[in-house]
Amino acid sequence: MGAGHGHTLHFHGHSAVHRAPAHLKIVALVAFMVVVVATPREWFAAYAGFLVVLLGVVALSRVPPTYLLKRMVVEVPFVLFALLLPFVAHGERVEVLGVSVSGPGLLAAWALLAKGTLGVLASLTLAATTEPQALLRGLERLRLPSLLVQIMGFMIRYLEVVTTELQRMRVARESRGFSARNPRHWPVLARSMGSLFIRSYERGERVHLAMLSRGYTGTMPR
Amino acid sequence: MTTPVLDVRGLAYAYPDGHQALYGVDLHVHRGERVALLGPNGAGKTTLVLHLNGIHTAGAGSVSVSGLPVTKENLAEVRRRVGIVFQDPDDQLFMGSVRADVGFGPANLGVRGAELDRRVMAALEQVGMADYADRPPHHLSFGQRRRVAVATVLVMEPEVLVLDEPSSNLDPASRRELADILRSLDVTVLMVTHDLPYALELCPRSVVLHDGTVVADGATYDVLTDDDLMRRHRLELPFGFDPRGLGRGAGW
Repeated sequence: MGAGHGHTLHFHGHSAVHRAPAHLKIVALVAFMVVVVATPREWFAAYAGFLVVLLGVVALSRVPPTYLLKRMVVEVPFVLFALLLPFVAHGERVEVLGVSVSGPGLLAAWALLAKGTLGVLASLTLAATTEPQALLRGLERLRLPSLLVQIMGFMIRYLEVVTTELQRMRVARESRGFSARNPRHWPVLARSMGSLFIRSYERGERVHLAMLSRGYTGTMPR
Repeated sequence: MTTPVLDVRGLAYAYPDGHQALYGVDLHVHRGERVALLGPNGAGKTTLVLHLNGIHTAGAGSVSVSGLPVTKENLAEVRRRVGIVFQDPDDQLFMGSVRADVGFGPANLGVRGAELDRRVMAALEQVGMADYADRPPHHLSFGQRRRVAVATVLVMEPEVLVLDEPSSNLDPASRRELADILRSLDVTVLMVTHDLPYALELCPRSVVLHDGTVVADGATYDVLTDDDLMRRHRLELPFGFDPRGLGRGAGW
């Protein structure tokens, strides 16, 4: 568990970025991303500008850069794909460090890397400076349909319950001498996932009963 | 005689798949009583409980709460009067913070602002969890979550508190703390449990349900010391526990 309360992405703090209203932060993130995605890939200086702005916000939030850096590993699959692009893409070849690569591929890889990294870093900054509950309230203030906000709230609440359940199932499997080492074991994993799904579904029904028992009529009180 | 808080008459119910769970149950619980509902697995205890606040609708017979029949029109008031604490606190605590969770019930009844806050804190106070109001429920220990689950129901100022297996999965200290809390509350209690010593400790009266009918209703001490009755209905005392050693009137 990351920082006492909140979740593993949240970094407890009291900076101006932490205190800013959640809905403004969400709008800022979306606006930032739209601008980043819409910027032509050849405008290298603009990307440098975006990075400076973003790093400025990070510095203001006093979230340690290493904290964010460690969580940026989610980007790795995209990085791998981006690194492949120059080799597999068509178009005129150019020499980079003595290796012949595709020119358009190289540019596409750069765009993917730059936009992806800016996006991930910006989202992580939002997550690190905003409690999940505040995020939900922010989305609500932005008039996101209340049903969607409720579903997200339940997801946050039960993520840990479901992952612990998954852990317990894994421990139980391994205690009976099973470990998934090759694809022949995958059917067992699939059945585990199936039973996890059914358990979660049944839990959903029990939660619904508990909600009805306390007078739930279809809208969340606020 | 005053109107019973819970008045169940000839209640029968079959699940949509045809499985008949209750065959004419009669149960009366009066104000201030603490009653244990005992019976083996599959006896219909949970089905009965879900009739008390109108989650299930009676196939035959009737249920009323302090004179108010459990019908569709009365559901909101019935659910305020009957507070059910479910077995798994993770099912009961579904909001992002303890405060929001405890406030969920009264907020559904239209309570807002300072009054909501006052009631939430009062309920948390009753279960000794006031210091945890702003914590997310999944970061609490199991015993703490069970206590918050009790608060989510107490906050509705119910006329009867229905507890489904309140002592399950609790360590002995949490189990005792919960008993202390339940004893300190001035509320009618119906407690579904397999924990017979707990029933003896807290409930002067016990009702035994087996195969969808009430097969015994009397003083908990008498039920637990009736070896023949106990055997017939798959009830067993834990090893080494003998109510006779405690004498009549122990606990409560």
